[in-house]
Amino acid sequence: MSEPVLSVRDLRVWYGTARGSVRAVDEVSFDLSAGETLGLVGESGCGKSTLGRGIVGLLPEGAAADGTVSFDGRNLVGLPTAELRDLRGPELGMIFQEPMTRLDPLMRIEDHFLEMLETHEPGLSRDEMKRRSMETLGGMGIPPTRFRHYPHEFSGGMRQRIMIALALVLRPKVVVCDEPTTALDVIVEAQILGILQDLKRNFDTALLLITHNLGIVAEACDRVAVMYAGQIVEEGPARRVFDTPAHPYTRELLRSIISLGTEGLQYIPGAPPDLIDPPAGCHFHPRCPDAMRVCASNDPVAVTKAIDHRVRCWLSGPHNLVPAGEDEPLATREFAKADEA
Amino acid sequence: MAMPSVEEPTANTRPAGPAPVRARRFRTLHRMFAPFAEARGMPRFVVWAGVAITTFFIVLALFSPAIAPYDFDQYRTADGVRFAKQEAPSSAHPFGTNVMSTDVLSRVIFGARTAIEVVVLSIFVSMAIGLPLGLMSGYFGGKLDRILLVFMDALIAFPSLLFAIVIAFLLSDTFGRGVTTAALAISVVYIPQYFRVVRNHVISIREEAYVEAARAIGARPRTVIRRYVFQNVVQNVPVIATLNAADAILTLAALGFLGYGIQPTEAAEWGYDIQRAISDAGAGIWWTGLFPGCAIVLLVTGLTLLGEGLNDVINPVLRRRRIIPVRFPPLRRNGNADE
Amino acid sequence: MAKQSTSLRAYLLTRIALAIPMLLILLTLVFFLMRVAPGDPISAALGGRLTQEELDRRRAEAGYDRPLAVQYVDYLGDVATLNFGETIVDNRPVTEVIVQNGAATLELTLTAMLIAVGVGVSIGLVAGRHRDTSVDFAGRMFGIVIYAAPVFFLGFLAQLVFGKWLGWFPTSGRASPIVTFELETKTNLFIVDSIISGNWSALADVLRHLVLPATVLGLVIGGVFIRLVRVNLIQTLKGDYIEAARARGIEERSVVYHHAFKNALVPVITVIGLQFALLLSGAVLTEQTFNWPGIGSELVRYLDNRDYIAVQGIITFTGIVVIFVSVFIDFVNAWVDPRVRY
Repeated sequence: MSEPVLSVRDLRVWYGTARGSVRAVDEVSFDLSAGETLGLVGESGCGKSTLGRGIVGLLPEGAAADGTVSFDGRNLVGLPTAELRDLRGPELGMIFQEPMTRLDPLMRIEDHFLEMLETHEPGLSRDEMKRRSMETLGGMGIPPTRFRHYPHEFSGGMRQRIMIALALVLRPKVVVCDEPTTALDVIVEAQILGILQDLKRNFDTALLLITHNLGIVAEACDRVAVMYAGQIVEEGPARRVFDTPAHPYTRELLRSIISLGTEGLQYIPGAPPDLIDPPAGCHFHPRCPDAMRVCASNDPVAVTKAIDHRVRCWLSGPHNLVPAGEDEPLATREFAKADEA
Repeated sequence: MAMPSVEEPTANTRPAGPAPVRARRFRTLHRMFAPFAEARGMPRFVVWAGVAITTFFIVLALFSPAIAPYDFDQYRTADGVRFAKQEAPSSAHPFGTNVMSTDVLSRVIFGARTAIEVVVLSIFVSMAIGLPLGLMSGYFGGKLDRILLVFMDALIAFPSLLFAIVIAFLLSDTFGRGVTTAALAISVVYIPQYFRVVRNHVISIREEAYVEAARAIGARPRTVIRRYVFQNVVQNVPVIATLNAADAILTLAALGFLGYGIQPTEAAEWGYDIQRAISDAGAGIWWTGLFPGCAIVLLVTGLTLLGEGLNDVINPVLRRRRIIPVRFPPLRRNGNADE
Repeated sequence: MAKQSTSLRAYLLTRIALAIPMLLILLTLVFFLMRVAPGDPISAALGGRLTQEELDRRRAEAGYDRPLAVQYVDYLGDVATLNFGETIVDNRPVTEVIVQNGAATLELTLTAMLIAVGVGVSIGLVAGRHRDTSVDFAGRMFGIVIYAAPVFFLGFLAQLVFGKWLGWFPTSGRASPIVTFELETKTNLFIVDSIISGNWSALADVLRHLVLPATVLGLVIGGVFIRLVRVNLIQTLKGDYIEAARARGIEERSVVYHHAFKNALVPVITVIGLQFALLLSGAVLTEQTFNWPGIGSELVRYLDNRDYIAVQGIITFTGIVVIFVSVFIDFVNAWVDPRVRY
């Protein structure tokens, strides 16, 4: 395992609301190495996107972050805005979910690239800037003839490729991709994933791929982190986690995948909890089929199952921390009540 | 934006009314007024300033004979002593007297009555025509819609004041130069606006799933319009009506200023008074124009604030909720058991 | 580039084609409105001053005894050839009224629009940029209060303060009598005329006369822009491409000034077009307030004299201008915003 290029420790990103703080990301830790793709999966509203944004420092008003995001010897949390801004582009990239609205409608594609390069590499000549932009665009399959077109003249898939080209023209070390293919059709999705694969191979870029599509993770990711209610509940090599999921949530999530062989739909009963006042103990316990009494009262502790495979679930231990008798199954009455909340 | 979906607080506060109908009505009311109660800082100021100013003028209008020291066209005391002409403010005439020797304060107070009479009448008339036309046009679409739309668009594009002048001019032979003429002339200006807003709203609602569903189960057009479309459109009417009322006050004053509004013998009208005061400005006489002018500015501002406040209630896109700032407690635990 | 200009031209042609029915409706409306009035134009203006025979003769001469349909077709033909007839009360060709007094109105409204856009856009942008601060509050309140003030009331205050008390600016007319008399009028735009003839003292005089009316009218129209620009900017700053630009590390200043301002101002162009009608209404009032010899004060004068021909001509002309402006604005819009062309 090489030295991580990005290292997140106890990151918290909370949103202020009228009722209190929404704990969208709550004490999350993980590492990301160069040339590695980490898939971040979970249901809608579990905090995946917030985590991605928190890393590059793009949080909406009223949100606050705490913890450490170490990159290049610096902690990105609490870094002065100007310094963080200088990192975004040449060091950190971000690709968004909806490509249709992410380009300035009044600017030509060319101007988007020139603006980016002028901001971060003001020394470059104009011709050099154009050459580099066209080269990157060409790599994404956008012909140079379309360089001077306006965003509305492109399809969604092409716009996403333009967005990727824009994010990559300066060869950032870390790129956060927030559901980059959700808004696109399957064929385009495959193309985009192919492009992202090439990228990591050719430039050693580290990718954080946020998605709710487990198929994409299986196909494109080296490692996977499963998020539930603002916390990473399981993390490990993609293959291993998919073959032997250690957390009941991961298991249930994998079972609910629809495939051609599926007979009858599987789903996890209940809905993700209210993140302003999440359930005590393990946040998943109200929906967990294997919940024990300890799960409702004590926060689970991360346990290393195998090399690089960590899980946060009382079923996996550490058993010495479970008080005697607390490993009895949780009473159904309690289950139903918590479920309603 | 991947904001975690936070449940609306109102969804849980189900009032425990015995009758379901009452409970529902109560909830609607609650939802309507919640933004007023929740609003803090500037939005709160906007709403309450609007309510206060509007109420003040309505009181003036309702009780003007009791509040005003003199009648609006009174130019001498009860003993027959003529008021001085263009007399500076004094204890007898707190706002002074104007070129017609009438009391400025009394005319300002009675002006509120005229303004509110005209505006209420004109909004009633223009809604009575514009609303149904817009509903029909939007709901049935087709040729009727296209013809009405081009027609109304032509009217909207045309300078409304010129239009109102011509109408007032044409009507003055039949109705004289009183409240009715002014109100009708102003109504004509606002009919296309109601039509436009209602029509566009209906068109957007018509495509919504629940209206589609109502049609699919065979509801008659009239039922669909009344039950589904109308109720939704009506929500927006108070906002449009309030903002149009503000505008109508200005149109009335403009008509009066140009001499096509209300005759000074019929009622007191602020616009007319300012027109008479323009020549006073050169002589340094300020009280004849300042007070009616301030009355217009104040009432129009009040109505605008009220309209914007109502708009916030119905259309809360721009509203910001008060938030409790995030304060991080110490970390609960330290991650790994084996670290 | 070639492709773009073709699509722009195609767009313009479609837009003009769409304007024709609207124009027809306006013309028809004007025609029938003027006929709804009791009596015909001749007897309305001159009734009581002439004998019945004389009236009948004048009526027949002007064609008012013919069927309405014939008169209508006649009217459309006249409009197509830009012949609006002669005024009844002072026998001026209406076209002359339009050219001479219209120029005064044009001078006033153009200056006012410049002031309105300048004031409105700058205050609106500052308020939107510093949302929910005291600057924003002040800007918003200014916008609301200034919009609530009738032009003629602001005019009254301006005359009182800057005319009477401070004595800085003249409060009546387009120029001093001597200047009006001496100035060679080629375009009837006094600013242009005085520049052409190199008469700098006349230019100063004309500008001094323009200050109060144009500012007052401009401020009132500007109130609308403040609100609009502020809301637009706030919405734009929440936009996806703004966030994307920030994610690329574009400087905040550039994000705001380059991306957000531009996009927030696009709808303003459309609204300038919509405010044109308001501007004309305001011009009528401003002209009355400041004795500005524009087309608005002429309209009021002819209305007072019940001169239907003059009124009909001026209203028709206004209608044509309004439609022309709306087409023009759409064209500018298409030129600025590439999306509109498709």
